[in-house]
Amino acid sequence: METQTLNKKEVAEKTQRITGCEAVVRSLIAEGVDILYGYPGGAIMPVYDELYKFQDQIHHVLTRHEQGAAHAAQGFARISGRVGVALATSGPGATNLITGIADAQIDSTPVVCITGQVASHLLGSDAFQETDIVGISTPVTKWNCQVTKAEDIPAAIAKAFYIAKSGRPGPVLVDITKDAQFGELDFKYEKCKGVRSYLPVPKTSQDAVNAAAELINAAKKPMIVWGQGVILGEAEAELKAVVEKAGIPSAWTILGASALESSHPLNVGMVGMHGNYGPNKLTNECDVLIAIGMRFDDRVTGDLNTYAKQAKVIHFDIDPAEINKNVQSDVAVLGNSKESLAMLFDALNENSHEAWLQEFRDLYQVEFDSVINKDLNPTKQGLTMGEVIKQINIQTEGHAAIVTDVGQHQMIACRYADFKMSKSNITSGGLGTMGFALPAAIGAKMAAPDREVVAVIGDGGFQMNIQELGTIFQQKVPVKIVVLNNEFLGMVRQWQQLFFDKRYASTEMTNPDFVTIAKGYQIEGKRVSNRKDMEAAVKEMIASENSYFLEVCVEKEDNVFPMIPSGASVSDVRLS
Amino acid sequence: MSEDIKTFTISVYTENNIGLLNRISAIFQRRHINIESLTTSQSEIDGVNRFVIVVNVTKTNAEKIVKQIEKQVETIKAYYHTDEETIFTESCMFKIKSELLFEEPQIQNIIKESNTRIVTVNKEFFVLEKSGRRNEIESLRRDLNVFGIMQFVRSGRIAVTKDEMKITELLSAFNNQ
Ligand SMILES: Cc1ncc(C[n+]2csc(CCOP(=O)(O)OP(=O)(O)O)c2C)c(N)n1
Repeated sequence: METQTLNKKEVAEKTQRITGCEAVVRSLIAEGVDILYGYPGGAIMPVYDELYKFQDQIHHVLTRHEQGAAHAAQGFARISGRVGVALATSGPGATNLITGIADAQIDSTPVVCITGQVASHLLGSDAFQETDIVGISTPVTKWNCQVTKAEDIPAAIAKAFYIAKSGRPGPVLVDITKDAQFGELDFKYEKCKGVRSYLPVPKTSQDAVNAAAELINAAKKPMIVWGQGVILGEAEAELKAVVEKAGIPSAWTILGASALESSHPLNVGMVGMHGNYGPNKLTNECDVLIAIGMRFDDRVTGDLNTYAKQAKVIHFDIDPAEINKNVQSDVAVLGNSKESLAMLFDALNENSHEAWLQEFRDLYQVEFDSVINKDLNPTKQGLTMGEVIKQINIQTEGHAAIVTDVGQHQMIACRYADFKMSKSNITSGGLGTMGFALPAAIGAKMAAPDREVVAVIGDGGFQMNIQELGTIFQQKVPVKIVVLNNEFLGMVRQWQQLFFDKRYASTEMTNPDFVTIAKGYQIEGKRVSNRKDMEAAVKEMIASENSYFLEVCVEKEDNVFPMIPSGASVSDVRLS
Repeated sequence: MSEDIKTFTISVYTENNIGLLNRISAIFQRRHINIESLTTSQSEIDGVNRFVIVVNVTKTNAEKIVKQIEKQVETIKAYYHTDEETIFTESCMFKIKSELLFEEPQIQNIIKESNTRIVTVNKEFFVLEKSGRRNEIESLRRDLNVFGIMQFVRSGRIAVTKDEMKITELLSAFNNQ
């Protein structure tokens, strides 16, 4: 086999005549890419041929579906903070990426997708496997472009990486025609350092920080709600310093989970539809609400007309378009959270809010008695999702990265996972994409091989990308897969129970023998349906050096509480 | 408390790149906002395009749309202005049978009184052109309609602001960042 080795410096400095497809691969190497996820096909074959040549430097992971490639790239990006890369052919290959791209867009995940396209003379002619992927992906990408000439490839890829990663991150797509892949160019790679007309990070104004500090210093009942912006800005230490100095009860959105350890005394839990009772209720009692790197999603705010109306709102965000989009702010602090929180820290007074914090603790106790205790320490016969998460916490000592799919198990996992370090919660927040977890866990484990990666998935979502077991098998990725099987599309069934008179329309699932399927892929597996076997099974799974499949048959009709019914006020959060 | 819907002229300075029209119009489409008119052209700066988009929305919405547009990587700057803050015009053309020009003296009066320009005349038809406010164009159309119009076309609004737009300065700031 012919292979070539280039160091990064060489890639950058040499100018030589090469083909467009070789330029694609060399550009990726120059960006430090050593792993990518994809699926071949006619219009991207020249690039695959180059990948064959460079396989000692770039490891291409063949997923079993392009959606899997996109989600794997997301999982890779979310745990590492690096750009994830996905590759697909034109037409159906490209359209299969779309769900993953849309997911990455709404969750601000840096992903670069490269798609092959029919030759440029065929564009617009309904050629075989031609789709207008640039048109299709426009509303769900941060940026995209089509390259029709070999000489434009390096600059397009450089720009793609720069845009994907800078400022508020997001997915970009570069579509490259087949003739551009075959064409020749004088290759020289220059990293993109800026794009005229694009200001990734707005400057933080000292005046705005001072105004924010003044409100916080005077507040009697301040409350922080942080989101993923803290993780994306790598501002975990700054957040913690601010929280501790000013003694502010702090809650998180689902994508903000793990930025501050779960056990921190000022961490008061999750906000939103299935968030904790205290932070939801007290959102409507705080006097200053400090939103950091979060976008006031409707799943967080419930009815905007009754959301935190009594509070002065301070909004920290990198994206000016988020300011006043959903909630009107009294003070807006633009910029990167790492810098803005450091500036805020300097301007804050040391403080504590014991009585106010006690209100959160009291409501936690209420929630504990009516919900949490029953979830974590059940006395009824059927297994709960909560006790499985608790067991994972115990066996991994809170060091696992938990990758969740979408549904009840997701909410339970995010509520009960004991996060000790940042970037430990990888889930599809804004789009709520079933099928996310299995491929995302592959990407996450490959990016962080030293971390325990546990995918927690519902029986519905598991079957949406079940084919990626093949990728796990072929690549020998030691991810741990836990399917919480309630034989229902549980979350939808919960809504049907609560809001549609228990009319369970098409939510009951007759499932196959999952363990046998896993075995077919040579993945060791076990099914558990009794409480007495659960602990040992989780222990065995965590102890395994290889990938492991654990199916836990849980109570069929359990519900996730607390819950804010869709469109209701956060203070109308229900405990049952 | 509901806000008044007003006419806003949204001006967008962008890089001259394929696909931007799609990106920008998608922002209106997603929010279900009808575009009353849209004009794109080169701007006063080489390589920089300008979109002039007219919509009827609330001020809050105009502000949100402008932020969403500015967020697009290749957008340099977007503004929104009320009618009072801009000088604006539209232009239109009428194609009319030539015989009417000679047989209907009333048409000649209309042309004269409305400051309409004759662009061309030949044996079959003549073409009129007029620039002005929407209502002036509409009234001219009503007047000519009586005699029969073979073809009519109206452009989108073009507008300049009464205030300065400091795009050149903005661009040099981008370049120096
Ligand atoms: C691709 C996709 N289709 C449909 C939905 C709507 N949906 C949200 S949760 C859910 C049920 C999930 O069921 P399951 O995977 O079994 O997890 P559970 O809720 O039982 O934990 C459905 C269908 C979705 N989020 N994503």
